[in-house]
Amino acid sequence: MDETEIADAAEPRVDQDRRAELLLGALVCTLVLVLLAMLAFVLHEAWPSFSHNGLGWFGTGGSVDDQIQSIFTSGDLHTTPQWLFHAWPLLWSTILTTFGAVLIAFVCALFISVFVVEFAPDPLRRVLEPVVRLLASVPSVIYGLVAVLVLVPLIGNHLITQHEKASVTPVISLTGYSLLAAVLVLTVMIAPIMIAIFCEGLRSVPRGWIEGSLALGVNRWRTFWKVAVRTARPAMVAGTVLAVARALGESVMLSMVSGTVGFSPNPADGLIFLFEPSRGLAATILQNTDELSSPPMKHTLYAIAAVLLFSAMMLSLIGWAAKQPMKRYFYAGANG
Amino acid sequence: MSTASVLAPKPPPPAATPRKPRRRETTSTWRLTDRIGLAFAWLLGLLFCAIAASIVIYLLIQGLRYVRPSLLVTHPTVGYTENQTGGFLDPMIGTLLVALIAMAIAMPVGIATAVWLSEYGRPSALARVAESTVEMLAGTPSIVLALFGTLIFEAPALGFLSQTTGGVVYGRSFFAAGALLSLIALPLVVATVREGLQSIPGHVREASYAVGKTKIATTRRVLLPAVRPSVITGAMLGVGRVIGDTAIIVVLLGSTLNLEGVGSVPLLGTLRGTGSTLTSYIFYNAPTGDGNQPDKAYAAAFVLLMLVLVLNVVVDVFARRAKKLRWG
Repeated sequence: MDETEIADAAEPRVDQDRRAELLLGALVCTLVLVLLAMLAFVLHEAWPSFSHNGLGWFGTGGSVDDQIQSIFTSGDLHTTPQWLFHAWPLLWSTILTTFGAVLIAFVCALFISVFVVEFAPDPLRRVLEPVVRLLASVPSVIYGLVAVLVLVPLIGNHLITQHEKASVTPVISLTGYSLLAAVLVLTVMIAPIMIAIFCEGLRSVPRGWIEGSLALGVNRWRTFWKVAVRTARPAMVAGTVLAVARALGESVMLSMVSGTVGFSPNPADGLIFLFEPSRGLAATILQNTDELSSPPMKHTLYAIAAVLLFSAMMLSLIGWAAKQPMKRYFYAGANG
Repeated sequence: MSTASVLAPKPPPPAATPRKPRRRETTSTWRLTDRIGLAFAWLLGLLFCAIAASIVIYLLIQGLRYVRPSLLVTHPTVGYTENQTGGFLDPMIGTLLVALIAMAIAMPVGIATAVWLSEYGRPSALARVAESTVEMLAGTPSIVLALFGTLIFEAPALGFLSQTTGGVVYGRSFFAAGALLSLIALPLVVATVREGLQSIPGHVREASYAVGKTKIATTRRVLLPAVRPSVITGAMLGVGRVIGDTAIIVVLLGSTLNLEGVGSVPLLGTLRGTGSTLTSYIFYNAPTGDGNQPDKAYAAAFVLLMLVLVLNVVVDVFARRAKKLRWG
């Protein structure tokens, strides 16, 4: 056969292949650029609020709700824009709800996933696995609805005593929209995500490792705890990172359950601390989106969004860094 | 690796591990801490079952109490009592429209990204950047995406996608909401399709190259048909996320209960206009919302939960089919 003929026939195909690769590559580049543009836009819009407040943005001082109100009304054409904003109560609320929920959910998810993978009787396991996945995919607004109609009245009417309500009346009214409700519902929301990922990690631990330990006479619990749970640590980190991201960004459920006051619950108050309302960063954005028309308000809301975005990015970075030293065992196991 | 192969020269599949000897094992010889640990695991496991069952059963009971067939076919209206406020036909259509738009964007982009990441991935620096971009997207709070959306769609150049009054672009429409929701579905689609592609062994590709197929032809004719169950799983997971999201809908779809079209072109006008979805309807009708009709909210939540349940079953079926596909 003539060589040039082959080359001729092959030429358009190779060309087509290269074109396809370039096209796909361009699409991926566009996606990356869109994300970078989002980052740039959000930071650009957020800058005025940060530059006017400096580090005080993250500090305490005054009532955050009054500040938001005056920022919003100053968006009028004839007034000078107000920028004073101290976001600590919102930050504190987000920190408390996120850490509280993730802490409880992590402990529960760890034990529940061990139970599901190793100790649950077969019929129970067959029911539990789909239920975990269903609970992980229930929309947050449904959790919010159930919490508002069941949990919040329960806390407001039965857990908080009249005496406790009276003791803080001058400062804040306790109605059941509380930190406790927010943390509990958030826990129920993120635990299934963690359980699903933990179970996957535990299941991919090589059976031989576990059987090796059992053969040495180590009991089942200790074997699972010391061998399987340790090997599955990268999955634990991945699941926790995902759950923290979900908790940080949760706006709808929290805006329904945790209350609408920019108040920072004070642990020094004792048990009442758990019943105090608060409002997180994401919920603040959601509740004030109607006020985007006022320029200073818009910049302030973008500043809150920038803080959320930055934390989410740091979170995935931390997750990635934490996984690196543990990966060795996981992949060695997966291949063996 | 070596331990495993020494202990089990022919490792049986995990399901077939003999369980009989374990039943005879008693915990009485265990250390106290181990017994406490086991008891704690059982306790939390059963507690989880109880919580899950109570949530699901409670929602089913409340839903069945309030859901009426007539609610599904009547338009919502503003009113003060349960009788005046109508049904939720418009939110249901809204959910469908939003899901369609979001998936119409997320599916092609997601599959293309997954194919590029798994089959091409050159230069590798770009691949790493793209990978972490998708991962970052998965962790981005949806309320931040929503704010970003208002910024984009209020740009005058994109005015044709929403309502424009006196030169001011409103920036809230089904297009805007759908476009931003596609970013939420994207990471799920990419991850699922990529996993499917990576589970196809290299010799399948090599066989295709050997008969003279190019890389892109192999991808289109061999690989993508083979990962169809993964594609469907990814799509369903994406739809589940999209119909469950509230923040983007509340911010980017405007706050009208009914579908309010813009312009005279029938479908395009609706898509350029505002409306609501089941999630924003629930948010609006919850005691904390403006509508405050909890019965309607329960009924809508029931319908939404059923949708999620159906999606979950579909995902289950196709995920099992994807796993069954074994390459010798």
